[in-house]
Amino acid sequence: MPDTQTLVNDFLNKLKKRKIEGSQATAKQTAELLRSVISQTRVPYTNQAAALIQSVKTVGERLIAANPVELAVGNVVRRVLHIIREEDLSLTTAAMAGLNLSAASDDEDDVDGDNQPVLSAAAIAAASRSTLRPPSLQTLLEDVPDSAAVPHTSSSGGDSEGKSKSADKSSRSRKLKHDVIEAVNELIQDINTCHEQIAEQAVEHIHQNEVILTLGSSRTVLEFLCAAKEKKRSFRVFVAEGAPRYQGHLLAKELVTRGLQTTLITDSAVFAMISRVNMVIVGAHAVMANGGVIAPVGLNMVALAAQKHAVPFVVLAGSHKLCPLYPHHPEVLLNELRSPSELLDFGEFSDCLDFGSGIGAPLLHVVNPTFDYVPPKLVSLFITDTGGHNPSYMYRLIADYYSADDLVLQRRATSGN
Amino acid sequence: MDTRRVSSAVPRVRQVGFFTPNTPAQHPAPTRSQSGPPTSDSPPLSGSPASNSLSPVMIPPPRHLSDNLGGRTSALPVPGRGNAGEHATVGSYNPSESVLWLESPPRSRIGDAEFSEGTESSLGWYRRSNSGKVASSLPSGGFDLSQVKQPESVAAIEAKNPLPEKSEAQKEQASNSKPLKARTTKAERRALQDSQRAAKAEANKSNTPGGGASSKPMKQPPQKKDGPPVASSVAASERIGVDRPVEKERKKDLPPPRMQFDDASRVGKAKRRSVLNQPETRNRVELFRHLPPHKNGSQLPYLESKFFELHDMHPSVYKVGLQYLTGDTSGGNARCIAMLQAFQEAIRDYSTPPEKTLNRDLTSKIGGFVSFLIECRPLSMSMGNAIRFLKSRIARLPLTLSESEAKAALCSDIDRFINEKIVLADKVILRHAATKIRDGDVLLTYGSSCVVEMILLYAHELGKQFRVVVVDSRPMLEGQKLLRRLVAKGLSCTYTQLNAISYVMHEVTRVFLGASSIFSNGTVYSRIGTASVAMVAHAFQVPVLVCCEAYKFHERVQLDSICFNELGDPDAVSKVPGRVDVNYLDNLTDKQKENLQLLNLKYDATPSDYISVIVTDYGMIPPTSVPVIVREYRKEYLLI
Repeated sequence: MPDTQTLVNDFLNKLKKRKIEGSQATAKQTAELLRSVISQTRVPYTNQAAALIQSVKTVGERLIAANPVELAVGNVVRRVLHIIREEDLSLTTAAMAGLNLSAASDDEDDVDGDNQPVLSAAAIAAASRSTLRPPSLQTLLEDVPDSAAVPHTSSSGGDSEGKSKSADKSSRSRKLKHDVIEAVNELIQDINTCHEQIAEQAVEHIHQNEVILTLGSSRTVLEFLCAAKEKKRSFRVFVAEGAPRYQGHLLAKELVTRGLQTTLITDSAVFAMISRVNMVIVGAHAVMANGGVIAPVGLNMVALAAQKHAVPFVVLAGSHKLCPLYPHHPEVLLNELRSPSELLDFGEFSDCLDFGSGIGAPLLHVVNPTFDYVPPKLVSLFITDTGGHNPSYMYRLIADYYSADDLVLQRRATSGN
Repeated sequence: MDTRRVSSAVPRVRQVGFFTPNTPAQHPAPTRSQSGPPTSDSPPLSGSPASNSLSPVMIPPPRHLSDNLGGRTSALPVPGRGNAGEHATVGSYNPSESVLWLESPPRSRIGDAEFSEGTESSLGWYRRSNSGKVASSLPSGGFDLSQVKQPESVAAIEAKNPLPEKSEAQKEQASNSKPLKARTTKAERRALQDSQRAAKAEANKSNTPGGGASSKPMKQPPQKKDGPPVASSVAASERIGVDRPVEKERKKDLPPPRMQFDDASRVGKAKRRSVLNQPETRNRVELFRHLPPHKNGSQLPYLESKFFELHDMHPSVYKVGLQYLTGDTSGGNARCIAMLQAFQEAIRDYSTPPEKTLNRDLTSKIGGFVSFLIECRPLSMSMGNAIRFLKSRIARLPLTLSESEAKAALCSDIDRFINEKIVLADKVILRHAATKIRDGDVLLTYGSSCVVEMILLYAHELGKQFRVVVVDSRPMLEGQKLLRRLVAKGLSCTYTQLNAISYVMHEVTRVFLGASSIFSNGTVYSRIGTASVAMVAHAFQVPVLVCCEAYKFHERVQLDSICFNELGDPDAVSKVPGRVDVNYLDNLTDKQKENLQLLNLKYDATPSDYISVIVTDYGMIPPTSVPVIVREYRKEYLLI
C-alpha cells in the first residue's frame, strides 16, 4: 500500500497549503482518498470492521490535523467511519437473522479498537446499536425490553459468532469491504449531486418578483438561483462582492450569463439595501451541531442586518458541511487568517509593517480572517439536500449521518500521540 | 406706541440641558421679537412676524388674532401670548427678526437642486413683511429695513463685531423692549394693526416690481429668478390674508421636496439649465432612479472646454466645482470649507452691476454658484446649512453699507462661520471625546473622518494608551489614508475590512464614527458602511460615539438609505484596483451587461438605536436630543 501512502501525503500537502478550494471539492477528494485507503486495507478474518475503522481513523486524524479549519474533511472521515459501522451492522444482522438479534449494548467503546476475535461477538452486538439508524417508533418501542435483555443477547451473540465463524467468514470479509466501498461511492455521489438536490427545492422558496441578497460566491447558491430561474421565476438578485476575495463578482458574472437580473453592490451597502430585500440566501462553509454557521467573512454582519429588518436568512448547505461538533469560540478557533496583501499593498505600507514601536511589536496589524461565525439565532432556515430544517434541528439531523463514537476523532488522536 | 405693544409675558427661557461651552445664546433676553413697528426706538423691530412664524416651538396664533392682522404682517406681535416669550427665546440670539424670515425658505431648499431660488423667494418674504408694517412704498421692499431700524445698532454691530459685543447689544435691546411690551392694551393693538394692515396693502400695490418672488416658495417653479413671479406674488399675498401665518408656520417645518430624478419633466428642465452633460444612464438601479446619476471625471474635459462660456462663474468656484467632480476634495468639512472660501473670493471680486442692489444680485449670484456646484456633486447637508447661513447674511446686510463694507462684512462672516462652526467646534468635540478614551482602550473607527482622526491624535498627544482599529471598505478605501496618517504619528493600529468587523469587534471597547449629517429623528447619515459598523457594535454591546459638528444637524428626517442618497461611480464597484486576479467583470458581452447593474451608494442611514451618544460642540447628547439642538440653536447658528 505504498501508493495509498503517497496519495495520502499528496492530499495532506494540498490541505496544508490550502490548495483545495471549497468544502465540496475537499469533501469529495477526502472521500475518494478514504475509498482507496479502504480498498487497500488488508482485513483480517475476524472483525474486519474494526480494522477498517482503525485504518480510516489513522488516515483521518492526519487529514484533520493538516487543516483543522476545513471541517468537511473531518465530516467525511466520520461519515466513512459511520458507513463502515453501518455496513458491518447490516451484515451482522443479516448473518444473525436466524437469531432475531437486534441487540443494544452500551459498552462498544472498549471493544472498538480491539482485534481479538473472542470479543468480536460483543463488537457485532454493539455495532447493531439502534442509535445509528433513524429511529422508528417500532425500534423505540422495542428498545425498552431489549435493554433489559442485554446480557442475554450478548451471550447469544457469542453463540451465534461461534456458529457462523466457520460458515461464511471469508465471504463476509470480502462482502464488508465491498459494501463499504459501494457505500463510499454513494457518499461521493451524494456530495457531487448535493447542489442539484438543494436546487430542486428552489421553487418552493423563491416567489415571483422576489428580491434576494447574497454575499460572496457559493456554487450551491448559484445552482439554487439558477434552478429557480429555469422554472421561469423572475426575480432580482443583489450580490455583495464579498471583499477581500471578491467572489461576488464571479457570482454576478455567472448569474448575468444565465439571464438573471443582478445588481452588484459593495459589502458596505448591505445594510442600506437589506430593507428592500425579501430574502437572504447564502452558502456556508460548515454548519455546526448547534445550528451555528461557519460562513465566509462578512456574513455575520449580513445576518444581523437581516435580523434587524426581519428578512429571512437562509443557509444552503450540502450534507457534507454538517459538522457534528459544537463550536467553542468558533470565530477565533475555527477561523483562519489570510494574507494581508489582500487588504494592503505590501509595497505601500512596508515601512509601517516593519516599523517597531520599541517593544518589538509592529505598529500596524492587518487582520484578514476567512470566516465568520453566524450564531443559530440569526439563521431562519437551513436548506440541505434532505430538505429544510430549523437551526434547532441540526443536532438531530447530524445524528443521522454520524455515529456518536466518532465525534471525538481528533482528541483521541492527540491523546494517542 | 409700539412701546406698548410689547407683550407683558415674561419670556420663558428655554434651556437645553446640555453642556454648552461656547454658546452665549441663552442669555440675551428674547423679547425683542415683539417689538416691531418702524418708529420704535427699540432696535430689533422690523421682523416681528418672522419671530412668530419662525419658531418651531410655537403654537399657531389664535384665530381672533389673525383677523386683526394684515395679510402679510400676519404674525404681528401678539402681546400677552404665552408663547411669544417662548419663541422669542428661541430666537433670542438674533437682534433683527427679519433674518428669521429669511431663514426658513432657504432651509427648505437645502440639498435641492433649486437652491438659488429659495433665497429669492425668501427675499421676497423679507420685503413684504417689512413693507407692510412700515407702510413705505419703496419699490423694492428690502430697503425699508434700513430705514426702519437703526442699521448700525443691529446689522452693523453684528456683522462687524465679535460675539460678546453682540450679545451685549442684545441684552440692551432686551431690557428696552421688555418694559415696553408690558403696556399694550388690546384695543390699541388692534388699532395699530388695522392701520398697519391698510398701509401694507397700499404698499403692496405700489410695490409691484420688487414685490418679491412669491409667497410660497415651495410651489414656485424652481427656475424663476427674479422677474416673473412678482405679479402673482402680490396677488397671492393679497389673497391669502387671514390664516396665512398659521399655514406658513406649518409649512415651514416641513422638509422641502427634493429634486426627484425620476420625474421626467423636471429632469428635462434641469437638463436644459445644466452646465454639464447629463451622463447617459445605462442600466440604472431601479430603486435609485430618483437620484441624480453619478457624474464621473470623464466630464472634466467637457467642463474645461466650457470654461469660457461660463463667464459668470467665478474661477475659484469653478475650481472647487472641478475638485468636487474629480473627488479631489472630499469629506464634509473639507468640501464645506472649500466652498465657503470660494464664495469668499467670489464676493471679494464682486461688484454690483448698475441698477441692481447688492443684496439681491449677490444672492442670485451665489445661487448660480451653488447650482453649479450641485451639478458637479450633490451638496451635503452641512454645505446646505452653510449656504443658508451665507444667504441669510447677505439678505440681512443693511442697505446703508457701502459695497466694500458689505463685502468685507460678508467675508468676515464666512471666516467666522468656518472658524466657529467647524474649527472651534472640532476643538470642543475633541475635548469631549477625549474624556471617553481611557488607557487600554481599543478604539474602532470606520472610513476616514477628520474629526475622529483629530480625536485619536489628540488623545494620543494626551498620552493615553490605546489601540486603534481602522475598518475600511471598498470602493473608497479612505481608511488606508487615515491608517497611514495615524501610523505616521506613532499610533498602534489594526487594519481590516468591513467584512471582518465581527471578528475584530470582540476586542473593541469604543467605536468612534464620523457623520456627514445627523437628521432630527436621530438618524446618522454617513459614509456607506457606517450603519453596519454601528449595528455590529450594538450587537456586541460596544458603545458607539458619533462625532459631528452641530452645523451638520438637519431638521430633515429619514428612515432608510434609499429615499435620499448619493450615487457614486458604478464602475468603481466592478473594478478592483491592484487585484489582477479579480477581473471577472472585465469582459462582459452586451447581453450580460444588460442584466448586470452596479450600485455604488455613498451614504447610508444609521438608525438611532445603534448610537450611544453623539459628541457635538454642544456637548454629548443622546440621538433623541438632536431635534432639540436643531430647534433651539437653529437661529443662533444662522446668525453665529
